[in-house]
Amino acid sequence: MSSVATEAPPASGRAVVASVRNVTKLYRLGGEDVHALAGVSIDFHQGDFVAIMGSSGSGKSTLLNLLGCLDRPTTGQYLLGGNDVATLDDESLSRVRGRYLGFVFQSYNLIQQLSVVENIAVPLAYQRPPNPDGHALCLRLAKLVGLSGRLGHRPNQLSGGQQQRVAIARALVNNPHVILADEPTGNLDTATSIEIMDLLDALNNAGRTIVMVTHEPDIAARAKTVISLRDGKIESITHNDR
Amino acid sequence: MNFIQQLRLGFRSLLLHKLRSALAVLGILIGVTAVIWLVALGEGVSYQAQQQIKNLGATSIIVRTIKPTEEANRESGSRSGISYGLLRDDYDRLLVNVPTITKAMPMREISREVRNGEFAIDSSLVGCTPEYFDINRLAIERGRALSAADMEYLDNVAVLAYEVAEKLFPIEDPLGRAVQIGEEFYVVIGVAEQRTASAAIGGSLAARQYDKDVYIPLSTFRARIGDQVITVRGGTFQNETIELNQITAVVDDMNSVDSSADIIRDLLARYHKSLDYAVVVPKELLEQAETMRTMFNVLLLLIAGISLLVGGIGIMNIMLATVTERTREIGIRRALGATKGEIVQQFLWETVVLSGTGGLLGVAVGFLCGPTVTIVRETISELFPEVWSNLPPNIRDLEPLIAPWSIVAAFGISVGVGIVFGIYPARRAANMDPIEALRHE
Repeated sequence: MSSVATEAPPASGRAVVASVRNVTKLYRLGGEDVHALAGVSIDFHQGDFVAIMGSSGSGKSTLLNLLGCLDRPTTGQYLLGGNDVATLDDESLSRVRGRYLGFVFQSYNLIQQLSVVENIAVPLAYQRPPNPDGHALCLRLAKLVGLSGRLGHRPNQLSGGQQQRVAIARALVNNPHVILADEPTGNLDTATSIEIMDLLDALNNAGRTIVMVTHEPDIAARAKTVISLRDGKIESITHNDR
Repeated sequence: MNFIQQLRLGFRSLLLHKLRSALAVLGILIGVTAVIWLVALGEGVSYQAQQQIKNLGATSIIVRTIKPTEEANRESGSRSGISYGLLRDDYDRLLVNVPTITKAMPMREISREVRNGEFAIDSSLVGCTPEYFDINRLAIERGRALSAADMEYLDNVAVLAYEVAEKLFPIEDPLGRAVQIGEEFYVVIGVAEQRTASAAIGGSLAARQYDKDVYIPLSTFRARIGDQVITVRGGTFQNETIELNQITAVVDDMNSVDSSADIIRDLLARYHKSLDYAVVVPKELLEQAETMRTMFNVLLLLIAGISLLVGGIGIMNIMLATVTERTREIGIRRALGATKGEIVQQFLWETVVLSGTGGLLGVAVGFLCGPTVTIVRETISELFPEVWSNLPPNIRDLEPLIAPWSIVAAFGISVGVGIVFGIYPARRAANMDPIEALRHE
């Protein structure tokens, strides 16, 4: 159980959009139990920009997978959109992902055979009920990330930075409560990294909640809050003065 | 995603590997084409058989003389020869005792050489009544058919079948000329139109080559040729006495065919010690042919089904490869909100697009069955005329008949095969752990 759990950022009147309570994650590796997460509690508020840092094996990827509803905690609660999603079945988790979460990955994870605008539209295919203005929305988002001129391009015709912009537009298309970014600049050069971080900043300033995993301190420094993990526990929470 | 979107997505994913998809489509295409072609050929064959039986007349009953087995010969035969088959008395008895018979037609037949000077042909000399031409649908090309007067006056007149006329009178008009059969001369009064030979039907009716017939009045036959036939076989004389080779009885109504046939059988059994006759009922043959057709179709469907199964396995094979290759895509889609069911759907659509495309193309190729048979027929008759002329008539004249149900069945089965063989790969895709799938390189 983490003692720093109570030191979560002050609520300051903003709504809590996601909240993990005492989550643990146990893996069995070669007959031994490994605590990837040993009791973590965090609240994420509307408009937060949180960077999760930690060395390899600190549990940051596990935490991100739990936050992304790609995995379930062994124990503990995860409140998202007013529900405890820690106990949901596979189908409901899929629906929760499609409804409340946006993903940005290190390796962009665009679908190669689809064009820019089609990639942006992928999450819309899984919306219930379907969004009638989906196409117009995709065009707006492409414009927002500066790719209006490349709507018909395939991912392999784009630079890394452009691909990540497509991925960000895709993460916005379902109007998620939280955007989860896993090393979003990990595959990019410094100049492009700055561009991408500027874009995330802009989104955050517009009210988007962003949770980002990174191991680069200068990238983490651009978040409002930095949470450091160590051995599956929260080691420190720092508030950046931005 | 709606239907159109799913379809488009399926097509596009398959176009990523054009050759691989094309080969899988080919597998289904061949299966569907096989179903349609085999059924079309089967239907063609059975249609032929049915037409042939219908030509015999659905209301007719045919009684034929057959040579009894050797053992029976020894009992009934004497040193001077054997006597068997239908009798003129049988003919009278049928007319008197079976009230449903409206018309009965006796016929006698023998192999004889027919000559016109130096031209000669081995023909089948048929002694018959004028009705024979009607009942067997033999049209007269020139001159006239036999008449009642010919019968009455035992005239030496003959109607030649097409090929006989061609052979004996290559240049001149045969009408009014004489042909020689044995010692006798006969005046040609008519030439019959060309008529396709009919194949044997089961074991009950022998094949008949109408084009080598020579028709003379039955009464003339009896007077000039007689009942006794002496043939030399293997150095010994064989002496056979036959009065009639065939009696064709026509009854008044389809419904009385079966009962009339029973009466005829009873009647003949009473007067014949050995089984030297056979009763053939075309209506029964028609029913048999119907049963045969069903069995044939089932067999063909089974064979074609196997080829579709092989095609299905081909589809499963490429879908498994596709799923492995697109693990990453599956992970992405799962992360972005796709449920397992939606992933299953996506991959099932792909297999249905594959098998459906194969099915549609297969139906298209299926329609080429008729032209293909025509081309094959022309090629064989051009390149190998010998082989061609030796083929049985029902193969030479075979016209495939495309059965509408076979098209529906073939296409339906192909789509079904797509679904059945797509389920396993699709489920495998859906059951991947999204985290693992996202890490997949």
